[in-house]
Amino acid sequence: MKLEMKDSPGQLVSVIQPISEIGGNILSVIHERDPAVRSDVLDVQILCEIPEGSLEPLLARFKQIGVNVLRIGEERLLVRRSVILIGHLIHTDITDTIDTIDSTGFAEVHALSMIMPAINEPSSTKMTIKSDSLANVNRALDILRDVARQKEFLIIEPLEDV
Amino acid sequence: MRVAMLGLGSVGKGIAGAILERDIGFTLTAVADSKSGRIEPSGIDIASMLEQKERTGMCGTPGVGAVDILASDAYDILIEVSPTNAETGEPALSSIREALCRGKSVVTSNKGPVALDFQSLHRLAEEHGAYLRYEATVCGAIPIMHTIESGLAGNPITKLYGVFNGTCNYILTRMAEEGLTYQQALLEARERGYAEADPTYDIKGIDAAIKLVILANAVWGMEKTLDDVEITGIDGVTTASIALAEEQDLTIRLIGEIIPAEGVLRVSPRIIPKSHPLVVGETLNAVAIDTVMAGEITLIGKGAGSLETASAVISDLLFIRDCHGRRS
Repeated sequence: MKLEMKDSPGQLVSVIQPISEIGGNILSVIHERDPAVRSDVLDVQILCEIPEGSLEPLLARFKQIGVNVLRIGEERLLVRRSVILIGHLIHTDITDTIDTIDSTGFAEVHALSMIMPAINEPSSTKMTIKSDSLANVNRALDILRDVARQKEFLIIEPLEDV
Repeated sequence: MRVAMLGLGSVGKGIAGAILERDIGFTLTAVADSKSGRIEPSGIDIASMLEQKERTGMCGTPGVGAVDILASDAYDILIEVSPTNAETGEPALSSIREALCRGKSVVTSNKGPVALDFQSLHRLAEEHGAYLRYEATVCGAIPIMHTIESGLAGNPITKLYGVFNGTCNYILTRMAEEGLTYQQALLEARERGYAEADPTYDIKGIDAAIKLVILANAVWGMEKTLDDVEITGIDGVTTASIALAEEQDLTIRLIGEIIPAEGVLRVSPRIIPKSHPLVVGETLNAVAIDTVMAGEITLIGKGAGSLETASAVISDLLFIRDCHGRRS
């Protein structure tokens, strides 16, 4: 989104704070000062991920603190789905497993958390897959199910959207 | 009404006790265990029969068995509560068929015959003007069949899902609460009498799958068998995997699901929020019924146990008594 704010100390923090307060994640901040334009307002572009349904409250908050929202870019829905994989994940090339999802172009492995007990015992991994739509997350899960069958690990899926 | 009972294990004893103690209007006229039987058309003295069973291990005279009882005509309803055989359904299946062919109604807690031969048993019952009731086969004391048939009558059911096996639920609960390994939790379940010496049926998800088959056939008139169920048991679930789930206030439970519109008939361990109504403790069962008008209804209760199973059998007996004569 592109924002317009007063060019005075502390203003940038005041727009970033509401984003983190609603649980958002800032991906980039572009803050350009055009020397040709002498103005007391400043344009800032922020790229961020925010929880579903939190855009409206965020915009209301900006309005409250006197920040003008000039433009909101493409709003893309982010869907995350976590599954648990149990088996010999390292020995069956976990990089390859991750690549299978990442190379689809429509989904990616967003987080991985692994517990490895003793050697030769199956490890347990929580894998979070991220995509821009539920349909694509489900497509990625279909692929992961095939991989699980081939590499013989147990896949535990969520009962509901968790 | 006169009832005959095949099987006098813990469930059978519970039913006999209930007939004796509660004034519900039934007379036990015949009973058989695995070694003996007795037929007394004027009514068995239940207290002395149970006392004899306790003392000698036999309820009656050796040589008297199911065949004699079925042929005796000394009963209106047959209670079939002998041990289940999931592969052949026998000898219960033959006994149930025989009784239905004679126009006698049947109440059973025996999953094998109901899962294996559902549609043909129902046809037999219909042809001979008899009732076949099996509330006790699914989720023990939970009145799931009565709820769907009577309570939710007229409500199309879109989905059924839940915790159908108390042994698995106990094991997963203990792994989550105490960090026990799967093997430790299984041993504990055995010590407490929640798991059989051979726990395969429970932990591989087969027991839960049999219940799904019964529900699919009973609720939607499907013709499913055990082979149609996609089954994953809990024996591969690690303590670490539950710990990973718990980091986000989630846990793992063995869930059975029937979603006819999506062709889903599946038993599998699933990640589920700890606050979900299906997350029940110990050996409890829980089943959620998704309906068109009533929304979602969740029933929670004891899925096994002699008195709990007897409760389901008694409610079926009373159902048949109350409906008697309506079907002609």
